Amino acid sequence: MSLTAKDKKMVKAFWAKVSGKAEDIGCDALSRMLVVYPQTKTYFSHWKDLSPGSAPVRKHGGTIMGGISLAVASIDDISAGLLSLSELHAFQLRIDPANFKILSHNILVVLAVLFPNDFNPEAHVAMDKFLAAVGRALSEKYR
Amino acid sequence: MVDWTDTEKSTISAVWGKVDINEVGPLALGRVLIVYPWTQRYFGSFGDVSTPAAIMGNPKVAAHGKVVCGALDKAVKNMGNILATYKSLSETHANKLFVDPENFRVLADVLTIVVAAKFGASFTPEIQATWQKFMKVVVAAMGSRYF
Repeated sequence: MSLTAKDKKMVKAFWAKVSGKAEDIGCDALSRMLVVYPQTKTYFSHWKDLSPGSAPVRKHGGTIMGGISLAVASIDDISAGLLSLSELHAFQLRIDPANFKILSHNILVVLAVLFPNDFNPEAHVAMDKFLAAVGRALSEKYR
Repeated sequence: MVDWTDTEKSTISAVWGKVDINEVGPLALGRVLIVYPWTQRYFGSFGDVSTPAAIMGNPKVAAHGKVVCGALDKAVKNMGNILATYKSLSETHANKLFVDPENFRVLADVLTIVVAAKFGASFTPEIQATWQKFMKVVVAAMGSRYF
């Protein structure tokens, strides 16, 4: 399920529309993940406040969206573009890759909430494929 | 058996009360067929599903979307006993329709996204959590008669 030229075009166009709200998207997606999938809180035991929209959640949501932006810019070779992020996740963070799907789902929910008209079925399939590709790239160095 | 708090029960009723099955059903099923095109394997007799426009405009897809969403109504009205409520539907999907139960998870995810688009920010993280718990139970019940 690799990204076709059509997918890449759609992702770039859609990202151009929504990237202005990247921090809000990241904050909301992370907030939802921590509430809807409470097992994900285990990775953030060092944070004081895990509630939706809290300062650490907002900051980290922004960091994650920075990675997504990098992936969009590297869309022709996401593995190469995310190489050091993959090493970070593999050797330092060691987040179970199953969680990439969970966060991706919550990003899609937030895109639907914030951009109900732009996030049409064609944008949905392209973004779903793109986020899956990002998850695969992040898992590259795990073993 | 599944435990529902009073808040969870009223949340599901409230959300479902604002959902128009005739609108959301077709949107959700159409979106499944577009986002996960291999699901089209179950709809060979539906006519033209070759493009997103064809899918969203297809009257058989729309009609079936209403049927599927309509069945969710039974779960909302029988939250205390979803497993029993879906026993024969599960058997039908397993033994007559031969539908991979993974498709129930897929539809649940897409339905969540369609509902989120409809409700916007009022689909809060807490409401999403309750809705997804409900979806999880429905999906499990629909898969319960597959052996």
